[in-house]
Amino acid sequence: MSSRVGVVVFPGSNCEQDMLEAMRLVGGEPELLWHGDATVNGVDAVIVPGGFAHGDYLRPGAIARFSPVMSAVAEFAAAGGPVVGICNGFQVLTEAGLLPGALQKNAGLKFVCAPAQLRVETTNSVLTRAADKGAVLSIPINHFEGNYTCDSETLAQLRDEDRIVLRYVVNPNGSVDDIAGVCNEGRNVVGLMPHPERSTSELLGSTDGLPLLRSLLSA
Amino acid sequence: MCEHGLMIFSVHVEVRLRPGIADPQGSTIERAMPTLGFAGVSGVRVGKSIRFEIDAPDEAAARSEAEDLCRRFLTNPVIEDAIVELEPAGVAS
Repeated sequence: MSSRVGVVVFPGSNCEQDMLEAMRLVGGEPELLWHGDATVNGVDAVIVPGGFAHGDYLRPGAIARFSPVMSAVAEFAAAGGPVVGICNGFQVLTEAGLLPGALQKNAGLKFVCAPAQLRVETTNSVLTRAADKGAVLSIPINHFEGNYTCDSETLAQLRDEDRIVLRYVVNPNGSVDDIAGVCNEGRNVVGLMPHPERSTSELLGSTDGLPLLRSLLSA
Repeated sequence: MCEHGLMIFSVHVEVRLRPGIADPQGSTIERAMPTLGFAGVSGVRVGKSIRFEIDAPDEAAARSEAEDLCRRFLTNPVIEDAIVELEPAGVAS
């Protein structure tokens, strides 16, 4: 049972405090990991949270992937450690090559901030093992560049290997194949645009993020 | 040539979305054209223009470094490619 969760902070991250609260709520022991330190500090799981790392200059995640912490995150992931990137964190993980594909500007050029209905497509990932396959979760999205894209060979591979973790019930941003989240080959690295840490209390309108965050603790 | 033999090259990189990758900015601009009275404009694609200088012994070395920089940092090869133009801009001091 893992419990220490490292939440990476870049200059411009803005969801790390919400993530700390959310992880405490599900019984984890979260701590912040500064981007300039080349270590994950012996944690049991790593979360790359949302925000605008390094101002999203050049492309979202393009500069963050060179932060010293990312080499430690890559080593941790290669050793099978659970890593989840949310929103900007998903963009960082694709730029770092830890996940396939890229996040493009939303179709229609709209910044979308709204609850999204997500279908759990597989429970074979560090983020969904405590969720129910086929369940529809209401979790907010909040992004301008969440339009998942990849070449057709990669898409075929993601489908064949059951690596599309979450799909939008109604596509909000033009993502190929309604993809909201994917995982790597080892199923220990997951990226998703929606924010499970914002769906952790009825006061926030939904508690559907809880099974995802609990999955990470039991990974 | 100076004693180190380094020259300065002025580099212009045009970052473009690869063919077939949807360009929401380009299509939005294109859709706006008729309302502004511009007819017959099509194929609008939006990219980025990046300029910098490189010190290198010769043009081939400068080009190779610029292309490496494009591949590893200035473009995301999943969705973008780049055109590199460069010209000599003097001798490095």
